[in-house]
Amino acid sequence: MSEASAPKSLHDLPPGSVFDPARAAKLMTRHGHGGWLGLTYHAHGTGWMELALPWREELVGVAETGVLASGPIISLMDNATSMSVWALCGKFVPHATLDLRVDYMRAAVPGRTVIGRGECYKLTRTISFIRGIAHDGDPEDPVAHVTGTFMATHGTYL
Amino acid sequence: MSTIGSTLPPYATALGIHIDREEDGMPVLAVDFTDRMMGRPGFLHGGAMSGLMEMAAVAALRAEMERRGENMRLKPVNVQVEFMRGGTQQVTYALGNVTRAGRRVALVNAEAWQDDRKKPIALAQMKILLSPVDGE
Repeated sequence: MSEASAPKSLHDLPPGSVFDPARAAKLMTRHGHGGWLGLTYHAHGTGWMELALPWREELVGVAETGVLASGPIISLMDNATSMSVWALCGKFVPHATLDLRVDYMRAAVPGRTVIGRGECYKLTRTISFIRGIAHDGDPEDPVAHVTGTFMATHGTYL
Repeated sequence: MSTIGSTLPPYATALGIHIDREEDGMPVLAVDFTDRMMGRPGFLHGGAMSGLMEMAAVAALRAEMERRGENMRLKPVNVQVEFMRGGTQQVTYALGNVTRAGRRVALVNAEAWQDDRKKPIALAQMKILLSPVDGE
């Protein structure tokens, strides 16, 4: 299991703490893989969360074209969907990614910031079901679509 | 055989992903545990792990294409990743295995492991579209 991405400070909190998406995303960008990628908070609502991934030369997958690698897109979606779960249950529950499927619909345009929108569409006591899209300006023309599941590792979602 | 290494993109290099060795002509990739690879404190980030396996899958497919003498452009269609164990603070390895490479599409599996090869921490299955570099 991949230990799901969350800010350091959140993991110091007891499971079940109130989840503040904007604050959590802000903290997340300071440390670890999310920090290196440069992920930032974009927007959130009940059961959904959006993070932004600004384009950067270091994140390129094909040097000749400047197209982003697929790895940063997966990480963006892993984080956005992970946080959408807490945005639905309203509290911080430590969890791990069980699986993630990503469909790459087209390459992101070089230079453009990619927005990852994660949505949690079902919670059980221990499993959360998520989906989401990544787009580079037009949500109607996504670059990727994802589905997956997380499992609560300490405490329960409901 | 250094041609395989030269195909690792800026993203891989920036994370410290490199070719550790070859097994049956297929590159084994490795990456040290660093802050850049970390998700939850002390553990590998799932996305970073996925990125590593995708690099291994693509590198394996490139090696296979090289062996066949074909110059193909690779375009990822999708990837399915299963996370089985938390990745801890040590070196992580990944190796791709070309399950099927036809003329137009390839199915490549990859797995990632740490100190125990028999206990993979994650699996990935990737579908990649192939098109000849010289025109259609």
